Amino acid sequence: MGTESLAGPESAGRTSPPTRERLSGWGRTSPSVAEVLRPRSREEIAEAVTTAGPRGIVARGLGRSYGDPAQNGGGRVLDLTGMNRILAVDLDTGQVVVEPGVSLHQLMEAMLPFGYFVPVTPGTRHVTVGGAIACDIHGKSHHADGSFAQHVVSMDLLLADGGVRTLTPESEPELFWATAGGMGLTGVVLRATLRMLPVETSRILVETKRVADLDEAMARMTETDADHRFSVASLDNLATGPSLGRGWVESGNFATVADLPAKQRENPLAFHPKPVASMPDLFPSGLLNRRTIRLMNLANFRRAPQNSHTHIASIGGFFHPLDAIHDWNRVYGPAGFLQYQFVVPFDAASTLRRIVERVAVQRAPSFVTVLKRFGPASPGYLSFPTEGWTLTYDFPTGTPGLPGLLRWMDGKVLEAGGRLYLAKDSRMSAADLEAMYPRLEAFRKVRAAADPQGVFVSDQSRRLSL
Amino acid sequence: MKDSLGSVQSLLVLGGSSDIAVATARKLAQDKTKRIILAARPSERLDAAVTLLRSHGADVRTVDFDALDFSSHEKVLAPLFEEGDIDVVLLAFGVLGEQARDERDPLSAAQVVQTNYVGAVTSSLVCAEALRKQGHGSLVVLSSVAAERARKANFIYGSSKAGLDAFAQGLGDSLEGTGVHVMIVRPSFVETKMTTGRPKAPMSTTAEAVADGIVEGLRRNAEMIWVPAPVRFAMSAVRHLPRPVFRKVAEKQG
Ligand SMILES: Cc1cc2nc3c(=O)[nH]c(=O)nc-3n(C[C@H](O)[C@H](O)[C@H](O)COP(=O)(O)OP(=O)(O)OC[C@H]3O[C@@H](n4cnc5c(N)ncnc54)[C@H](O)[C@@H]3O)c2cc1C
Ligand SMILES: NC(=O)c1ccc[n+]([C@@H]2O[C@H](COP(=O)([O-])OP(=O)(O)OC[C@H]3O[C@@H](n4cnc5c(N)ncnc54)[C@H](OP(=O)(O)O)[C@@H]3O)[C@@H](O)[C@H]2O)c1
Repeated sequence: MGTESLAGPESAGRTSPPTRERLSGWGRTSPSVAEVLRPRSREEIAEAVTTAGPRGIVARGLGRSYGDPAQNGGGRVLDLTGMNRILAVDLDTGQVVVEPGVSLHQLMEAMLPFGYFVPVTPGTRHVTVGGAIACDIHGKSHHADGSFAQHVVSMDLLLADGGVRTLTPESEPELFWATAGGMGLTGVVLRATLRMLPVETSRILVETKRVADLDEAMARMTETDADHRFSVASLDNLATGPSLGRGWVESGNFATVADLPAKQRENPLAFHPKPVASMPDLFPSGLLNRRTIRLMNLANFRRAPQNSHTHIASIGGFFHPLDAIHDWNRVYGPAGFLQYQFVVPFDAASTLRRIVERVAVQRAPSFVTVLKRFGPASPGYLSFPTEGWTLTYDFPTGTPGLPGLLRWMDGKVLEAGGRLYLAKDSRMSAADLEAMYPRLEAFRKVRAAADPQGVFVSDQSRRLSL
Repeated sequence: MKDSLGSVQSLLVLGGSSDIAVATARKLAQDKTKRIILAARPSERLDAAVTLLRSHGADVRTVDFDALDFSSHEKVLAPLFEEGDIDVVLLAFGVLGEQARDERDPLSAAQVVQTNYVGAVTSSLVCAEALRKQGHGSLVVLSSVAAERARKANFIYGSSKAGLDAFAQGLGDSLEGTGVHVMIVRPSFVETKMTTGRPKAPMSTTAEAVADGIVEGLRRNAEMIWVPAPVRFAMSAVRHLPRPVFRKVAEKQG
């Protein structure tokens, strides 16, 4: 493998002393207080894990999961963002070896100049490789590329006893696939070797088309998925009646140099996204409500081109529009918000429709409503993506009637053989989890063998008796 | 752990047979509370509470708990937190006493104060420490509007609640930054077993209404609630009445 280079910005720093901190997820709900350690070496991690005490320990990346998986009330939390060195790069094969706290943003900055993009990107670049593996995240390319862990060649996992195991899908399929999607409960990922995606440019050629209703959205996605690596539909979730599920579909591929206008061809791999603004922490809860979200949904819908329109988009503009505003989650105010993401099999399209209908009729406002098609599942025991339709809503927690609505949705999703995403979950029930993830028992066995004392625990694992 | 919608998963009640507590536990069980522990003195009323809560699908158990047996509180309560996290502790026990009798019999007055104040202090300190170790959780303390200004007709009870109320406020402040939240509940006259046979006071309410207030307060992590809500403003006026005027008003109420 290549050179020792590309150190992260904070890599040589010293270890700061542990602090007691109130932590929550990106939704800013259900905080708890834990002892936060910021290790800089695997020795420090091993020490923290083996002396964790009765409340255990869990890893944390950039805290972009919405609920409570990266917090551990009364116990220890390992903030791994200081372990952010890119350790090795092989420009021929596109493989990189990274520490767990390396973010996808950092990888893009480092690797795009060499013609490599991350194998999978979620809707924000500000997630760590550790978090990406532990949630086995997906992007707009799932139908083409699968989930993140399917691009992990190997990883080093620190176990409860302080020992380190190198896992590959071939050598240790069980522990590898229990760790991928395992929500930090098998151990601490210390480093990972990833297969990056070769690209000619840093631009996406995007076709955008307005769709009048849910059927059209679904038909358009099914049609364009075959020859587009990326696809996603954004819905106006408050539209009802004949407009139910209206929105716009974006289908894209990485642009080739030939696709670019002359000016961009000079530097086809340019990547300089900058947050354009930062959210102050002054918003009252309830600013995003039915009325304001209805207006925003409508404006967005009207802006989308009626006929298919092709344009060149930047990586930030296409994949991570919300990253342009730092701390945008503050706009929900102190009461916070939650994200609800489910998947149902393709043959359960009627369930999808019923849910979209009920949410619209009940006028539960969702700031972001995103529909996607998932390809085949990865072997991860608790990996979320399974073949079918996945829909994501963002709801302010104060929405009237929300608890009952979500419970009704849980039931429909379960009935249809679907499931909810643990990286977004902040409220599902342990019984539903059990029913939605048929391989949970098998996961528990692998976990029990790797961590017999249950050292790795999180608020989420306690809440769901994971 | 309370979930993102403020729903409670596990509840410990101190004074498990109290009408207000049972109404609250029932509402929580109807929502999402699966594990309920009723710490109480054994009684038929307690058995009935267990049956009722089980019928709502909760996993309910009881432990023997006597508020007056201060030295047992640590031993009885601390181990309950080892069995699994407790999201909410509801401190509901209390006695009204008999004002006239208690004035004549200082030892029976002491009984009221020891239950409502001393027993509440010892048991909530044990629970607060356990919650602090957990890094999350709420302690709900049933105070009373009587704590805001004690009247001639109930000053023994009222002063014990005033002590408890002040204690709970200080405890809440001292737990800042630990993840633990203390909520003080100040109901007006509530029609429960405690008040049967007593003349209804103005702005009286029901155990159901107090339970609703508690459930809603837990969702938004309120630090102090009044039930019914407007009593807050009434009491703030009452607190500022000059003594002679207050005596007249209180006299009318009996
Ligand atoms: C705006 C936005 C858009 C998003 N879009 C998507 C999307 O399109 N697709 C998608 O899949 N997800 C999406 N997410 C969710 C996000 O990708 C995941 O929650 C991701 O795991 C967050 O990474 P993180 O570094 O912040 O991890 P954290 O949130 O800090 O932690 C998540 C989990 O990873 C575990 N973990 C972290 N580091 C390690 C480690 N080194 N070893 C073991 N376990 C570890 C933690 O214990 C925890 O269980 C989105 C989130 C946001 C805020
Ligand atoms: N009712 C009102 O008007 C009113 C108004 C404001 C505040 N409050 C407060 O609300 C709380 C609940 O009262 P409530 O109205 O629900 O009345 P309740 O039904 O009489 O409840 C009082 C509870 O306290 C318990 N208790 C008394 N002494 C105890 C002891 N030594 N050890 C253990 N438990 C003991 C009782 O248990 P047993 O069954 O074993 O006796 C009973 O369960 C009390 O703190 C009360 O002061 C009530």
